[in-house]
Amino acid sequence: MTIETLEPIIQATPFFQGLEERYIQLITGCAKNVRFAEGQVVFREGDAADQFYLIRSGLVSVQFMIPHRGLTTILTASEGEILGWSWLFPPYRWHFDARAPQPTHALAFDGKCLRGKCEEDHDLGYEIFKRFMQVVTERLESTRLQLLDLYGNNK
Amino acid sequence: MATTSDQFAAAPVNREPMLPTPYRIQRVKQETDDTFTLELVPADSAEGSSFAPGQFNMLYVYGVGEVPISISSDPSDAPLIQHTTRVVGTVTKAMRLVKRGDMLGIRGPFGTHWPVEGVVGHDVVIVAGGIGLAPLRPALYRLMAQREKYRKIVLLYGTRTPEDILYRHELEHWRGKFDLEIQVTVDRAACTWRGNVGVVTTMIPRAPFDPSNTAAFICGPEVMMRFTAMELQKRGVATERTYLSMERNMKCGVGLCGHCQYGPVFTCKDGPVFSYDQIVALLGRAEV
Repeated sequence: MTIETLEPIIQATPFFQGLEERYIQLITGCAKNVRFAEGQVVFREGDAADQFYLIRSGLVSVQFMIPHRGLTTILTASEGEILGWSWLFPPYRWHFDARAPQPTHALAFDGKCLRGKCEEDHDLGYEIFKRFMQVVTERLESTRLQLLDLYGNNK
Repeated sequence: MATTSDQFAAAPVNREPMLPTPYRIQRVKQETDDTFTLELVPADSAEGSSFAPGQFNMLYVYGVGEVPISISSDPSDAPLIQHTTRVVGTVTKAMRLVKRGDMLGIRGPFGTHWPVEGVVGHDVVIVAGGIGLAPLRPALYRLMAQREKYRKIVLLYGTRTPEDILYRHELEHWRGKFDLEIQVTVDRAACTWRGNVGVVTTMIPRAPFDPSNTAAFICGPEVMMRFTAMELQKRGVATERTYLSMERNMKCGVGLCGHCQYGPVFTCKDGPVFSYDQIVALLGRAEV
């Protein structure tokens, strides 16, 4: 019986594309499969951010509690998308809640472990930061468009 | 299989263009809190005309005024037509109060249309923002009516909240078909919403179409269309196969009055549907 590793899956992901084989192996060593049932909490605001996720199927909602409005979803991450960058920056705590509104399958990466490896090997650190900055930039652009409230009637 | 601008050029208006034709309201449907659809038939059955997807009419509320509104119904239902609009000004406020049996005056149809015939053999990705879904709906009907002529058909629809989703039942019905991919996203939602949250452009990188063989129809707020076109380009969709529907202050509908001038073109006559290449230099410019 052969045991399939996560390496080919990680290698095929656009987010990790172009990374050297040795880095893929190293990242694979920090990864594990996780499943979230419908409604299950992925992380909570204020908790230690020791992981990040690559969504393989399903959806994760990033939520924020707004007084008098309740829990509001401000973003969702779907198949192929990266969730979570708080593990990269002090104080390494989640700034939002995240919950799976439907059964979801993801890869969870040990951010704490990867952070240490990035410190040891700055070439790896640069590659990881480059990729995460792309995610951050795209999210920032999307957030700016959301803030414009383009579909409102300008009242 | 190139598409050229003459494939979606405005059809000649075959009646006196400045004379409204009386239409009777057959049905009024409240779509969302501030958006409604009027279903109209010509008062004289001999008066109705056909239209092409993407064209608009000038709707006249007698004694109040006239506004341009895109036709949102199935072209094969003509002369029955539907117009979906939002309450934004004096005329649409009055329009919201009309009832079954009331009369409106209609001039049109005017303008260019989505090049549905010109993109046969391609994947077609339709990107709609907010009420921008209304002018795209006739194109979807037409595409689905001759489904075998196209490869993948994908609708990406972004709106403000789940409560603002237009044509909800129709989208659910279409989603049940296996030959049309529909993805909906909202800008924000309560935690009970189980779908996507985020702007419509975020769905483009992973949407299931082959960019090298795709034509794109985009309609929504201008900023949304600019960013959508950029995202489609990033994915590899050719600009000459990207089409946008522009909104300007149309008055006469036939390019005479100049109210809807958009740089060197008139939106009512040369548009509202333009190819991206036609207007790329004008997009986002403050002075036009």
